[in-house]
Amino acid sequence: MSLLKHHVTTGDGALGPLSQRDPSRSKPLLAIEHLTKHFPLQGGLFGRRRAMVQAVDDVSFVVERGETLGIVGESGCGKSTTARLLMHLIKPDRGSIAFRGQRVGVAGGLSQRELHRQMQMVFQDSYASLNPRLPVAMSIAFGPFVHGLGKTEALRRAAELLEAVGLEPALFANRYPHELSGGQRQRINVARALALEPRIVILDEAVSALDKSVEAQVLNLLADLKVRFDLTYVFISHDLNVVRYISDRVMVMYLGKVVEIGPADRVYRDPQHPYTRALLSAMPSMDPRRRTRQAPLSGDPPNPVRPPSGCRFRTRCPLAEAVCEKAAPALLALPSDGARAVACHVHVPTSGHTRAATAGAE
Amino acid sequence: MSQVLANLPRATEPVVSVEDLHVRFLLREATVAAINGVSFDLEAGQVLGILGESGSGKSVTLRSLMRLLPPARTRTEGRIRIAGHEITAMDETALRHVRGAKVAMIFQEPMVALDPVFTIGVQIAETIVRHEGISYSAANQRALELLEMVQIPSAARRLKSYPHEMSGGMRQRAMIALALSCRPTVLLADEPTTALDVTVQIQIILLLRQLQQELGMAVIFVTHDVGVAIEVADRIAVMYAGRFVEVGPTEKVIDTPAHPYTAALLTSTVLGSTFGRRLEAIPGTPPDLRALPAGCSFAPRCRHAQDRCRVHMPPEAVLAPGRITRCVRVADGELDLGSPNLSERSIAKP
Repeated sequence: MSLLKHHVTTGDGALGPLSQRDPSRSKPLLAIEHLTKHFPLQGGLFGRRRAMVQAVDDVSFVVERGETLGIVGESGCGKSTTARLLMHLIKPDRGSIAFRGQRVGVAGGLSQRELHRQMQMVFQDSYASLNPRLPVAMSIAFGPFVHGLGKTEALRRAAELLEAVGLEPALFANRYPHELSGGQRQRINVARALALEPRIVILDEAVSALDKSVEAQVLNLLADLKVRFDLTYVFISHDLNVVRYISDRVMVMYLGKVVEIGPADRVYRDPQHPYTRALLSAMPSMDPRRRTRQAPLSGDPPNPVRPPSGCRFRTRCPLAEAVCEKAAPALLALPSDGARAVACHVHVPTSGHTRAATAGAE
Repeated sequence: MSQVLANLPRATEPVVSVEDLHVRFLLREATVAAINGVSFDLEAGQVLGILGESGSGKSVTLRSLMRLLPPARTRTEGRIRIAGHEITAMDETALRHVRGAKVAMIFQEPMVALDPVFTIGVQIAETIVRHEGISYSAANQRALELLEMVQIPSAARRLKSYPHEMSGGMRQRAMIALALSCRPTVLLADEPTTALDVTVQIQIILLLRQLQQELGMAVIFVTHDVGVAIEVADRIAVMYAGRFVEVGPTEKVIDTPAHPYTAALLTSTVLGSTFGRRLEAIPGTPPDLRALPAGCSFAPRCRHAQDRCRVHMPPEAVLAPGRITRCVRVADGELDLGSPNLSERSIAKP
């Protein structure tokens, strides 16, 4: 622990001049603007480009220091692509990512290597993300070692981190990934993510593969570590209950777009986008006396290769009208609640949607 | 009872009857005790939900009902009767007439059940011809009706689709149509909604519930998800380390669990309204099935365990008709596990 604290201080020292250069300490830790990623689909003769998968399309949001931002959505909504873009594991087609006001991946900005000191990621597959031929302590020590710490020092930090994630170093340091259970392996992945003392940890479905009893243990651990190491989380999951449990704010995505963002309690209590409402209604009931009677949506989400024109949700939306087909709604702050934003024509009085007037008058 | 009488179907006779099922897997270095004494009856038209975590033996139970486990490495003991057939005593030829016709199975991943090189229509029609010996044109007509029954839009066109041309939810519907093609008495469902998105999952749950009622099938539904079990099951059996530790009507098991494992599982399940509060996690991990502890398998993780729990595995104690626990302390009336308050802790639906 002492070593960790020490390292945090040196890290701050290195960044000291930068934060002095930036007088507004209120700058968000992470600011994402107009982030876009389209993947080409190759096929046919000569492997020509046939279509583009619009995985993430013009996504903007901020992550404040110390908060947990939950990202929810169904498969193909772009939540995992967003995570990989944040980590610069893939390059965006358009848009920018700024860490503490410094743009990432541009001349004079933050390099990917510097970014990874500040931002780390935990993946869903706890086995695939560890080197099967390395004892787990070596996997944890590898990052600090590459970033210039001596080998003994790095291994000492690995032992401290094993302790921090609740695994006795004497018992676990020399084990290989296949000798551990899924929950223990995910603890190792969390320890490894913390080895460089990042400010932000991106958790991409990090507890989704775990059994319920183990999931609770890991969620408790994540809450402890957040306080202890002063972390900020971006927590991506398809599990609405888990996201509600852990998040301060929540962002709902559909087919590569943000449809709603806001404080988790308010979004869950009073969802404003028809998709958010449908998503929450589709959760299985927890009361045997009040089982779900009707599915809120029919069919599957459309293919992100050919998303519908205008609002991408309109093909499944109970409120869709002609205007929804013509224009894509912008993500705008709610007049009644500035902390929340929704991308739906119903909430824009001038949009031409027949329900817009009544909604605006409310 | 004489053999003649035993073969006569009676109104009250369960369609599935399992007695003291044991399944062991023989590996090179160890023997895995996957199922360690499972007994239950299922009446026609009833839905039994088997709730358990990975490695608890819920899928193995399901597979042994259809004898789908690899025979060379599996040792099965006990008795399984389905729709009047002694499954454990059958030869492979006789078994092939029961599988699909009397008892069918659906899986988590539809591509396991569907053949990628044939169209959906061909696969369904072939199954019907194989089991019922009717003509292909009649079977094709039935295939069309089946796709309509599982609510696949433009069914006639979809008959000519290959599995890869369909979306995940559509494939799941096609697999259900295939499983129901010979009107089975018993449907075995192995986590059929787990890989689906939440908005599609609820559609498949509602479809299965509707078909089960219309066709009067008995269903055994295996899941790790408490919410899914609540949505589908009349009765819930909670599995731990290859045993049913608790069985009872869904409402009873959810409201007032009668086994410490069930209580702990329901309490530790993350539900929306507990933001920021510390979760009451179950300490430790499930036992190693290669070397089960003496006594109750849950005792090492149980906060109510006493010395006597570690001596031998508690027998099934009947608390009320159809309500069973394998906890000696609950059976003796000295332990009240309270209520996990699931519906209060969950998010109110908009």
